[in-house]
Amino acid sequence: MTAPIVGSGVKRKEDHRFITGQGRYTDDINRPGQAHAYFLRSPHAHAKIKSIDTAAALKAKGVVAIFTGKDIAADKLGGLICGWMVTSKDGSAMKNGAHPALALDTVRYVGDHVAIVIAETHAQARDASELVNVDYEELPVVTDPAKAQSQGAPQIHAEAPRNTIYQWEIGNKPETEAALKKAATVVKLNLTNNRLIPNAMEPRAAIGDYDDGTGGYTLYVTSQNPHVARLVMSAFIGIAPEHKLRVVAPDVGGGFGSKIFIYAEEVVCTWAAKKVNRPVKWAAERSESFLSDAHGRDHVTSAELALDADARILGFRVKTTANLGAYMSTFSSSVPTYLYGTLLSGQYNIPAIYCEVDAVYTNTAPVDAYRGAGRPEATFVVERIIEEAARQLKMDPVEFRRKNFVRTFPHQTPVIMNYDIGDYEASLAEALKMSDYEGFPARKAEAKSRGKLRGIGFSTYIEACGLAPSAAVGSLGAGVGLWESAEVRVTPTGGVEVFTGAHSHGQGHETTFAQIVAGRLGIPIENVEIIHGDTASVQFGMGTYGSRTSVGMTAISRALDKIEAKAKRIAAHVLEASAADIVFENGEFKVAGTDRKLAFHELALNAYTAHKFPTSEIEPGLKESVFHDPTNFTFPAGCHICEVEIDPDTGVTKIVSFVAVDDFGNVINPMIVEGQVHGGVAQGIGQALLEHGVYDTESGQLITGSYMDYTMPRADDLPSYKVGLTVTPCPSNPLGVKGCGEAGAIASPAAVMNAVTDAIGIKEFNMPATPLRVWQALHATRAAAE
Amino acid sequence: MTGVAMTVNGKAVSGDVETRTLLVQFLRENLRLTGTHVGCDTSQCGACVVHVNGKAVKSCTMLAVQAEGAQVTTIEGLAKDGKLHPVQAAFKEHHGLQCGFCTPGMIMTAVDMIRRIPNLDETTIRQQLEGNLCRCTGYQNIVKAIDAAAKEMKGAHA
Amino acid sequence: MYQFQYFRPKSLDEARKLFENNGDAKFLAGGQTLLPTLKQRLAQPTALIDLGGIAMSGIKVAGGTVTIGAGTKHNDVATSTDVQKAIPALSALASHIGDPAVRHMGTLGGSIANNDPAADYPAAVLGLAATIKTTSRTINADDYFTGMFETALEEGEIVTEVSFPIPDKAAYMKFPNPASRYAMVGVFVAKTKAGVRVAVTGAASSVFRETAMEAALAKSFTPDAVANIKVAATNMNSDLHGSAEYRAHLVTVIAKRAVAAA
Repeated sequence: MTAPIVGSGVKRKEDHRFITGQGRYTDDINRPGQAHAYFLRSPHAHAKIKSIDTAAALKAKGVVAIFTGKDIAADKLGGLICGWMVTSKDGSAMKNGAHPALALDTVRYVGDHVAIVIAETHAQARDASELVNVDYEELPVVTDPAKAQSQGAPQIHAEAPRNTIYQWEIGNKPETEAALKKAATVVKLNLTNNRLIPNAMEPRAAIGDYDDGTGGYTLYVTSQNPHVARLVMSAFIGIAPEHKLRVVAPDVGGGFGSKIFIYAEEVVCTWAAKKVNRPVKWAAERSESFLSDAHGRDHVTSAELALDADARILGFRVKTTANLGAYMSTFSSSVPTYLYGTLLSGQYNIPAIYCEVDAVYTNTAPVDAYRGAGRPEATFVVERIIEEAARQLKMDPVEFRRKNFVRTFPHQTPVIMNYDIGDYEASLAEALKMSDYEGFPARKAEAKSRGKLRGIGFSTYIEACGLAPSAAVGSLGAGVGLWESAEVRVTPTGGVEVFTGAHSHGQGHETTFAQIVAGRLGIPIENVEIIHGDTASVQFGMGTYGSRTSVGMTAISRALDKIEAKAKRIAAHVLEASAADIVFENGEFKVAGTDRKLAFHELALNAYTAHKFPTSEIEPGLKESVFHDPTNFTFPAGCHICEVEIDPDTGVTKIVSFVAVDDFGNVINPMIVEGQVHGGVAQGIGQALLEHGVYDTESGQLITGSYMDYTMPRADDLPSYKVGLTVTPCPSNPLGVKGCGEAGAIASPAAVMNAVTDAIGIKEFNMPATPLRVWQALHATRAAAE
Repeated sequence: MTGVAMTVNGKAVSGDVETRTLLVQFLRENLRLTGTHVGCDTSQCGACVVHVNGKAVKSCTMLAVQAEGAQVTTIEGLAKDGKLHPVQAAFKEHHGLQCGFCTPGMIMTAVDMIRRIPNLDETTIRQQLEGNLCRCTGYQNIVKAIDAAAKEMKGAHA
Repeated sequence: MYQFQYFRPKSLDEARKLFENNGDAKFLAGGQTLLPTLKQRLAQPTALIDLGGIAMSGIKVAGGTVTIGAGTKHNDVATSTDVQKAIPALSALASHIGDPAVRHMGTLGGSIANNDPAADYPAAVLGLAATIKTTSRTINADDYFTGMFETALEEGEIVTEVSFPIPDKAAYMKFPNPASRYAMVGVFVAKTKAGVRVAVTGAASSVFRETAMEAALAKSFTPDAVANIKVAATNMNSDLHGSAEYRAHLVTVIAKRAVAAA
């Protein structure tokens, strides 16, 4: 008997096409007769458009057409939307300014879309774009979220006075204030969560294609959720009814959240395809990605933790200002609220929590979900202040955590979430062992003898993923349900096609989903095909983000339940036995206690030939579908421990050890899960040490607009991670799985920054810990001491 | 337009291009060899690495006309007679790819690296990947794959 | 990129004539800086004159100097056993320019003709008191680098080779910009028959000699000799990744490390 396929590190089915150069990404697709688009973007962070003169550009070589916001308005298309309504604490609805796909009379950030230039070649379109004469009247600029609400700050949208989109709250204010009042110790910490630019390696791209014969549109697009794109473009923007709009998300080169959203470019290319009656292709240059992909994070926070005399947490108060940029992106409102405030209890018993979040407009690129989305920001606040509390109490941070861990489940937090299961001690203990915590003092002393500063930092994180029970998110303002669909089709010869609404853009669904099917049906994995990313084949789906693959997997698992049930009924007829006597094991339908049996492929053929069962009772064929709505979030948790060594002469931080022990519940493919952890941790380390999206506060220009200035983590910036797993199977789905895609990015920044602040002995120190900033901090401390 | 001719993956090819056409555009648009990718516009990400006359170069930082008469190998030309190159096989074996976008450039860089440097260790591999960005893997399994392929190829030649 | 005419001359003479006959022409060497610049549409030459077809590469070691043809690729300098033996600091410097693919294309001549303030080669040229041979003359390193992206080269003048005197010892240390990996501060120290030289790149608008350090090292070629020499921040570059003060501080730290490594 070979090892069960579920739970083993099966090599990926999708790899062959990628390692041989046969992947098919959007920019690899070419439609007959296609023209190429270039988007003319605003060079100003805030300006009135007084006029746009396209006459010279229209005469340029190869130009097919040029459209501006006025053309789109003339066709009465809707603007881009934000699909999650957040209500302010005074009961008012969020104040959302209009977001036209091409600017009408105002541009609000550098990179804002002004016109689409369509030409025979990309180079010609770009050449011609330089001949479009836009008369701008520059307006004052604000980029800093801390200044956006101040008196006299430039007003970005008339709808949002003081640039305030909402003032949201969660938790219990009087109880939290009382806790702070009676506390023996209050720990205070100011934090910023640095703006990140997602940088999936494949830049965004779109091809709009219109078929005049059928009146149907096809959009090929770099999307994590093609059905949601179709829904929004149909129901809100009004390009075409859903049944006349097909959206294909082929191979997608990474997303990390940035390809969830419905962007101006894909909307305009689709619309323009009919206008010019030719396919219109756009592929971003990386510079455009920097300017116009939705960015991540960008919070300013102050936090206070109330402790009793016995070092137990009494209460936690948090005030955050979240920068949402110049427009509200598709899910931007939910990120600093329901994906953030609900996670502020961490792994701890905290009787009272109160959190206020002000979301503000600034003259910067829109900010939305980026790997972790709200949960990294929450974890950073919680885990930084927990570590600081231990330091302030002169307690071992491990002991302080242990004292405050949640240890019984289910556990209701004061901020909505109900933790179903976990064992925080187990992952902590494993991580301590793997990181040789006991040996740290000796290593620190040895480093000191070489003039280096060593520090160690922890992050015992929790996240909520597996988004999400539809009723729960609906009650919180979501405009969509967060179920997932699956359709399992068994072919007459016993092959299995699975149509899933989840989308794979690096996660390896073609393998892990096939493992579930192969394991369940007892058939070779080669006999299973996973089909995703095309609205013409998959009925509907919510896509992939928020580590929600557990939802898609459960949908498949439940569809397989139905397949098995029907197959047993067919087998009973074929084998002339009672349905109750049919057992299914190792890919065979057997009559219990006899040697009568049908192999899976034999059963499949019988289902289609349909000669041996009454089709009045059992329909021919073998195909089942499920829309699965999860009953709860899943709660991955774990412990990351980072050890750094800092060179005080240069400020360079080197990660000498990084341990990640995670509890993702049951694991379908440990190789893939480990890879997800590696990637997530790399992005978290990137945030902590390297990456920072920076705007010039005067001009609103993006200073970090290319890899010359934005520090992407390279191979030699990163350590070799030590990864471990502990398991508490998730009780809310039959597979016992949780979600693993974001944990690394959620947990690691706090671990790194706890280690850095431990090494340099400075309490308030912001990410990223670049050599310059570390040196400056040490230099200032030295200067103050002298 | 200017005529350009070269050998790509062992096959003589030619085409008419603007002088400003980059080698990567010629490969992707004229020859429809779309395995070579473009991930940045500042010559840093390495998704476009191909071999020109046996050496790894960034095809986004070379004009097609500069490759006149050259021998070019792209990711599509690496497997021989249906058999994966050991580096390709190692990337699959060690899960050295996720979304696959950086992968062709990574593999072409790795093949070149193994050819140039006889005794690769982890530190050297990481340094040699300076010109190749990956956002998915955190590099660990890429490093592992290159290390394994290097050892295997060495064994094969021993 | 904007449109341009492309020429690939076979000789320097032909290259010169093409340059004279084309209004706003630029020479294309390895292209590893020029092509990214053109892709960003930051320059609009009417013609590119590709020097790649002219035989200008090669390495000779003779008479106490290493002479390297302007068309020699960084990787060839990095891996040349002759250079490794004669001036290991120079081959090591070349082995850390850009990345492996860039080193397969980029050339010595292209680098020093461009004189990017954060390029590595200018530090070696100045630090070793090299002489630059061009199509019309020979220029001393001290006279060659004149400012940011500026050199003593006249219009149409092409670098053909660079001669590096072999030092008693030398080393180059680079502190890279975390994002671009260009030198934020790079220091080349050399003890030569003509004295000690310290050349600094990346820190200011152009490569420069740190004469206070040279004087101190002339007395005692030890890391401690430079450890306490403070460099003024006045003329240092300042950007997101390195303030002027930080760069000034790094010059001392990196110089010290370079001396230790020499």
